[in-house]
Amino acid sequence: MDKSVDLVEKVEKSKTYLGFWIYIMTDCVLFASLFAVYAVLHHNTNGGPSGQSLFSMPYALAETLILLTSSFTSGLSMIAARNNHRSKVIFWLVVTFLLGSTFLYLELHEFNHLVQTGDSWRVSGFLSSYFTLVGTHGLHIFVGLLWMTILTLVVMKRGLTKGSVKGLTLLNIFWHFLDVIWIFIFSVVYLMGHVGL
Amino acid sequence: MYIFAGILGLLNIDAFKHDLIQYFGVAAMTLTAGFVVLALTYFKKWKWLFSEWLTSLDPKRIGVMYIAVAVLMLVKAGTDAGMMRLQQSISVGSNQGFLKPSHYQQVFSAHGTTMIFFAAMGLMFGLINIGVPLLIGSRDVAFPFLNSVSFWLFVAGMLLLNTSLAIGDFSGAGWLAYPPLSELQFSPSTGVDYWIWSLQIAGIGSLLSGINFIVTIIKNRTKGMSLMKMPMFVWSVFGSMTLVIFAFPILTVTITLLYLDRLLGMHFFTGAGGGNPMMYVNLIWAWGHPEVYILILPAFGIFSEIVATFSRKRLFGYTSMVWAIWAIVLLSFTVWLHHFFTMGSGADVNGFFGIMTMIIAIPTGVKIFNWLFTMFRGRIKFASPMIWFMGFIILFSIGGVAGVLLAVPPADFQLNNSLFLVAHFHSMIVSGVLFGYFAGLTYWFPKIYGFSLKDEIGKYAAYFWIVGFIVAFVPLYILGIMGATRRMNHYSSNLGFQSLFIVAGIGVLIIGAGLFIQVIQVASSIRDRKKLQDKTGDPWNGRTLEWSVSSPAPSYNFAILPVVKERDQFWNEKQNQSHKSHNKFKDFYMPKNSYLGLVIAFFAFSLGFAAVWHILWLFIFGLVGVIAVIIIRSLNENRELLVTFNDLSKADQLAIRNEQ
Repeated sequence: MDKSVDLVEKVEKSKTYLGFWIYIMTDCVLFASLFAVYAVLHHNTNGGPSGQSLFSMPYALAETLILLTSSFTSGLSMIAARNNHRSKVIFWLVVTFLLGSTFLYLELHEFNHLVQTGDSWRVSGFLSSYFTLVGTHGLHIFVGLLWMTILTLVVMKRGLTKGSVKGLTLLNIFWHFLDVIWIFIFSVVYLMGHVGL
Repeated sequence: MYIFAGILGLLNIDAFKHDLIQYFGVAAMTLTAGFVVLALTYFKKWKWLFSEWLTSLDPKRIGVMYIAVAVLMLVKAGTDAGMMRLQQSISVGSNQGFLKPSHYQQVFSAHGTTMIFFAAMGLMFGLINIGVPLLIGSRDVAFPFLNSVSFWLFVAGMLLLNTSLAIGDFSGAGWLAYPPLSELQFSPSTGVDYWIWSLQIAGIGSLLSGINFIVTIIKNRTKGMSLMKMPMFVWSVFGSMTLVIFAFPILTVTITLLYLDRLLGMHFFTGAGGGNPMMYVNLIWAWGHPEVYILILPAFGIFSEIVATFSRKRLFGYTSMVWAIWAIVLLSFTVWLHHFFTMGSGADVNGFFGIMTMIIAIPTGVKIFNWLFTMFRGRIKFASPMIWFMGFIILFSIGGVAGVLLAVPPADFQLNNSLFLVAHFHSMIVSGVLFGYFAGLTYWFPKIYGFSLKDEIGKYAAYFWIVGFIVAFVPLYILGIMGATRRMNHYSSNLGFQSLFIVAGIGVLIIGAGLFIQVIQVASSIRDRKKLQDKTGDPWNGRTLEWSVSSPAPSYNFAILPVVKERDQFWNEKQNQSHKSHNKFKDFYMPKNSYLGLVIAFFAFSLGFAAVWHILWLFIFGLVGVIAVIIIRSLNENRELLVTFNDLSKADQLAIRNEQ
């Protein structure tokens, strides 16, 4: 067994690991509340557009595929860390960062488009809840990207230490969690919106 | 419409214009703060305060600071209560009382908000910080720095709430700020924003504490302490913190959405634009009802420890107590609709929530009977914690039965929003929560300070509180049935309310006397602290691990971590029924002090203040500051200090030498 595998296993037994999982559960409750709000309000279009007329399926699907791929590459950085490949860790983190930023760009682009065409959050309860639910996910992605940047610098400077491997493990949980949330957003907001449910 | 306008946002000279009573409040606050600053400078205590307290990561010290802040807030919100009672005693017929309606509604909103979030929650987290690590045989909580951040966020929220007294106004929309009243259209001032952001900041602190204590209880228990050997207080905190992590994210979301409505013109809870005000009421109570149990469960836990200790018997029905806690945890998420049966969700839905509400009384009843059976045939010592307990068990049961009555939807349709309801929940919060925390404070005081409080005076305080409570709140039950609604600042003289309101006002004075006696108790005990010194470390003949160490407990709690074989380990060791196993002393690590919690709170306060007044640059400053501090802390890997034999207290060194 080499050193990094030990480090990962140590992280998985640590208090921080458990604490972070519990934090993820609280974030889950946060998103559950936002989904509930969306479920209540998504028919309240107030004479404005509905999801059926606004959402483009190919666009949402592209976003989904990019985010899912970034989850995969972030998993690869974890495998690289277990094998103690520092340069591979950095490589996959950078790839994940690029995919994540692309996703965020696409999301902001969509928001901008909606606002420009007059379909902002002021129009209806439906659009308020749409912007807030998807925007909260986007905000989480932004925090993840910030974290990823700092972590990459730390790995470059300090190598795969106890601290950086811990950071990497937690970041991976966070990133996969955001992926799961996005799958719910894709299903509930875009797919169900597309068929008009 | 301006979202972020100008260098000072919405802030202008009008924000500093108040009526005479508010100026008086501001002056009192400023003078108190000035006096404290002066005293600290005169006695050259700043360095001591900073290095021993403000930057401390010792949960016991953080606990004491929580309690100090909470007591201040208790007095402040108690003054609000006194003002309300005075207003209602005189504001009848042609007399309009001394508070304008616009001020009166701020007073009752501030009273509720302060009492729940900053008095009750503060006392609770204070006692949890003091109690939990000691009771599970641990040297610390799982995340000492996070604990300090939680505390300082609590302080930042408290400061923001009190800033509203001096700059601008406070929310007049009640302690839960129901829309549409709390929407921009009907509450155009920044009062509701103060409410939102002080809760938001303190709430995030509470959430972090919830995570911290769950991990502490799961991971930091000493060797041999399996879950079913934990003291009941620890179980109750476990239940309460589980509620925190499920409930507080809902609060975060709900008040954020309200803020988005007000700031960006969204339509979550507005009457027009496709919003749904009743959704707010549902969401806020999905947090709010568990919140009530978050507060009461630790009080139940404290009473469980106290009753066993002062009856000199093991707690009756330990297992059923544990199951009762978890039944309450689960059921508390299934009853929220009983706060608004009048929403009109139909007989079936109301019936379900009514029945669930009645069911939750069963585990609570189990606990009541278990305490009574613990006392049965015990050798009861009537120290002041026991007096609090006996006041609690009677008043809480009466209030609880009133709650079951309110759970019947047809009855609730009559009593909803009346003073009957106000009397009911004060029975829960004052005689349940507050009495429990007062008992806990008396009980653990010697463990923290090394000397006991004078018990005789403590008993008088308890008697005054109990009698005062009855005089203050029984009239409210009657008034409620007579049709008096809550939050009235004026009523017609032919309703016949006035005499009962005057009686209730007298009750508040008696409670005030009780509080004053408590201040006397503490002051007089500090004066005679040499005489009251706790030399044994075990003043009450206790049962749990905290009494096995010296008083005051050293910063590291246990020089040698104890080994637990059964419940009430320490008691059984004293009875020679169980042998203490002698571990060897090993060096250990303790966290270094950190001032970063304080810094985070400074930035969080700036952020909150900026959000209230729409000051863009200050908002960015606060946000970037918080993020920067988190990054700086996470990059610092040198956070701990080695503790060797020479660093131990003299008592511990002696004990270890004697054993070897």
